[in-house]
Amino acid sequence: MTVVSPGDLLAILPELLVMTAGCLVLILDPLTAADRKDRLAYLSLATLGAAFVTSYWFMGLTHSAFSGLYILDAYGTFWKLLLILVAALVILLAKAHLKLEEIDLAEFYAFILLSLSGMMVMVSGTDLLVIYLGLELMSISLYVMAGFKRFERRSLEASAKYFILGSLSSGILLYGISLLFGRTGSTTLAGIREGIGGLPAGDPVLLLAVILLIVGFGFKVAAVPFHMWTPDVYEGSPTSVTAYMAVASKAASFGAFVRVFMEALGGIKADWQMVLLVVCIATMILGNVVAIVQTNIKRMLAYSSIAHAGYALIGLVVADAAGVAGVMLYLALYAFMNLGAFTVVTMLRRGGLEGDEIDDFTGLAKRNKWAALVMLLFMFSLAGIPPTAGFIAKFYIFMAAVGAQMTWLAVLAVIFAAVSAYFYIRVVMVMYMRDPGEAAGTSGYGVRLVASPAVIAVLLVTAAGVVFLGIFPDQLVQVAQSAILPLR
Amino acid sequence: MVLMQDVILNTTALPHLLTLVIFLPVLGVAMMAMFRDETAVKHVAFWTAGLEFALSLLLYAWFDPATHRMQFAEVVQWITAPPIRYAVGIDGISLWLILLTTLLTPICVVCSWTAIKTRVREFMITLLVMETAMVGVFCALDFVLFYVFWEAMLVPMYLLIGVWGGPNRIYAAVKFFLYTLAGSLLLLVAIIVLFVQGGHTFDIQALSRVPHSDTLQAWLFWAFFAAFAVKVPMFPFHTWLPDAHVEAPTAGSVILASVLLKMGAYGFLRFSLPMVPDAAIRFTPVVLTLSLIAILYGAYMALAQNDLKKLIAYSSVSHMGFVTLGIFVFNTQGVEGALLQMLNHGITTGGLFLCVGLAYERTHSRLIADNGGLAKPMPRYATCLVILSLSSLGLPGTNSFVGEFLVLVGSFLVNKTVAAVATLGIILAAVYLLWMVQRIVFGVPTDKTARLGDLNWCEMATLVPLVILIFWIGFFPNPFLTPMHASVAHVLELMDRGKDLLPIAVGALNGLPGGQP
Repeated sequence: MTVVSPGDLLAILPELLVMTAGCLVLILDPLTAADRKDRLAYLSLATLGAAFVTSYWFMGLTHSAFSGLYILDAYGTFWKLLLILVAALVILLAKAHLKLEEIDLAEFYAFILLSLSGMMVMVSGTDLLVIYLGLELMSISLYVMAGFKRFERRSLEASAKYFILGSLSSGILLYGISLLFGRTGSTTLAGIREGIGGLPAGDPVLLLAVILLIVGFGFKVAAVPFHMWTPDVYEGSPTSVTAYMAVASKAASFGAFVRVFMEALGGIKADWQMVLLVVCIATMILGNVVAIVQTNIKRMLAYSSIAHAGYALIGLVVADAAGVAGVMLYLALYAFMNLGAFTVVTMLRRGGLEGDEIDDFTGLAKRNKWAALVMLLFMFSLAGIPPTAGFIAKFYIFMAAVGAQMTWLAVLAVIFAAVSAYFYIRVVMVMYMRDPGEAAGTSGYGVRLVASPAVIAVLLVTAAGVVFLGIFPDQLVQVAQSAILPLR
Repeated sequence: MVLMQDVILNTTALPHLLTLVIFLPVLGVAMMAMFRDETAVKHVAFWTAGLEFALSLLLYAWFDPATHRMQFAEVVQWITAPPIRYAVGIDGISLWLILLTTLLTPICVVCSWTAIKTRVREFMITLLVMETAMVGVFCALDFVLFYVFWEAMLVPMYLLIGVWGGPNRIYAAVKFFLYTLAGSLLLLVAIIVLFVQGGHTFDIQALSRVPHSDTLQAWLFWAFFAAFAVKVPMFPFHTWLPDAHVEAPTAGSVILASVLLKMGAYGFLRFSLPMVPDAAIRFTPVVLTLSLIAILYGAYMALAQNDLKKLIAYSSVSHMGFVTLGIFVFNTQGVEGALLQMLNHGITTGGLFLCVGLAYERTHSRLIADNGGLAKPMPRYATCLVILSLSSLGLPGTNSFVGEFLVLVGSFLVNKTVAAVATLGIILAAVYLLWMVQRIVFGVPTDKTARLGDLNWCEMATLVPLVILIFWIGFFPNPFLTPMHASVAHVLELMDRGKDLLPIAVGALNGLPGGQP
């Protein structure tokens, strides 16, 4: 047995902070009076602040911990900073949203923190089993959170569906890991890379293992054909959970996906690039085309998030420095716009329910011009129109594709970006170009907008991020470009 | 390697003049936040646009027509990797287009003064943001910066049509947005390919000097073509235009016709010709054929319209055919004629759309039948309409005559058949415009039109500057052509790359039916 050095513990200080706070919130919850539960949210936020500062401080440090099972590096830290920021915004959002939905339970914050620590482990693990542990910690917390509206059938259905399909995909991933172990005799990324070097080219078991890994990660990032769960789960879950899943869980899964494939399987790039290429194209096509016919905004955003996974996958298909930086930038910029869009959805109320039909946005510009304006911003950003963050994200992905002589893939991607513009500008059209009166009799009638300081803060941060990073992306780009994995 | 000093120049007293001209409208938008009253907002918009025009006159005053170099240039690093710069500057090609934009924006504010009744503040914000994007497109010297302005323009235009437009506005707005976006996105890929293949730079002037293989040039040419032909719009990509024009509010139609349509032609001139010259020469027959079809088809469709806006929209298709024709004959007369014709079309068609708007405000109909016999009740209006129509059909003494004449001379030099067919377009223009004038000005007044009031001074103020310009350019075109000479010669020189290709191109055209022996 190896001894754990103090340096190793220091390296995982942000993870330790988040995990401890998660447990602490669970313990403190029954001890806190009902009207003081807000304090647990503030405790979570304070912890996230501390974890963010620590991670920021660690930026640029590299330390391989726990005998090569775990690593503190710029790549992992980039993802961790993003994930912590997203988790903090989701907690702010949830504080108001949970009250509206009457599911104001402090366990929510505990699950956010626990799943966050899982995500942080995922993006920093250098051993497949450690990554798997993180992935399960994240997933199990999310299964619970998806069913948080426990008196509503849609939410329970979402939770059950997510759990069953999620477990299946975890099993497949684990099977892939075991096959890899069988062929290479190791579960660490470095060990697998070495082991693969000694195998004959085109080893069938190895290929099977790679495909199983693609299935497992493909499920988590919602890539076609492993996307089936996404629309139902996104629609049924409480919207703040959906936002968290669409942004944080996807980002963390991409973080692990890229690390595993670049570090462990980088030597057999040619074997998996073709498979990923097919997945990537199918994801872009299906996500963008099916989103057109959606009438529920959460389902529309679900298909949109599938499509965006397709764009991000281009970076992994390219599999070079520009591609990896492209994936990191894409997910980071996508986080702001998507989180913002979901936040606007949580504000709309139809009677006692959430106004999650696209028709509920009818004439929003007349009822609340600020909410409509930020939604417009997020929609144009998701469509990739400059000068918003969405354009920068797409620009770097296309740069990576063209730089790797895959211009045709970039052309295909822009064609489907044009298709996607249709359903994004439809939301803008409904908000700005239809009168609230026109929708009388349909669901648009009687929709109101509920704003609270915390939600407004989330909107300000996300909208400012979308605009600022769209106009001045240089710093973020440089950070991402310097934080890519050491490519071998 | 080209030294930066060789291609750009900034010697003026105000080193940041151009940046100020680009972003002043956005400052105006920020100013609006301080006023609650709608009239105050209108005044802020008007004075911002007015000041903007005054500043852009400085550009003209300080412009040095002797050089082809980019003037008033500013270069700042924007993104480190890949190197993207905030680089702006103007030459003789962009100068007039910027002045046209800054002249028309205050006119649009005035013409919307009473016509726009809902969400006035948002309207003025959209208009000013639009102005920033439009001026930015004509100033950008970095390809990514150009693309950012180019695409950013879509959003305010989409809102202008969709929010303040006519009954079928949503369909028109979505169609406009998707059509232009689909074309532009291919341009984005082309820009990136140019970066990768052309020495890892987005500098437009450096890229204009990079040689490419024939195959790559062909791909790039068609990618450019997708973006620019939709904007011009060339046949058969014009179908969004009648819809957008008919549904847009007056100010939207004016901006669309006068400035947006010029961007496609500007793109051909600024990018297609210098960056992919061999492909441009190779595909000239295609472009010329499409231009001729546009000239005739647009005119023919205009004949059949009973909606005034649709008539003028189709006449735009026809007139823009002359512009693309002039650009793709690759000689000084043709290109300068095309440039002048861009300016002319902006002035004349902008004015015609203003006239339609003024009539619509009174009769609430755009049908020719409902606007008959305006000469008696509205003599001032009738005078302006007649002058604008005569200008549009290219009467000698008006601006369009000079432009169309130059284009025809240019095309006659390379191919007589092309010139002859294009001339038919002018005859058809006379037919549909004079017929329109006859019905509107001298037709039988209805009960409604007989009692209409004539234009007030405010409305006259929007039309008179355009009328003055029509005669100014018509009688004294030289001050307008002089600044173009050096820049147009430079574009043709860049195209040639010292390889003496242009005679070959002319030779190829001569091989077509009707070519010189």
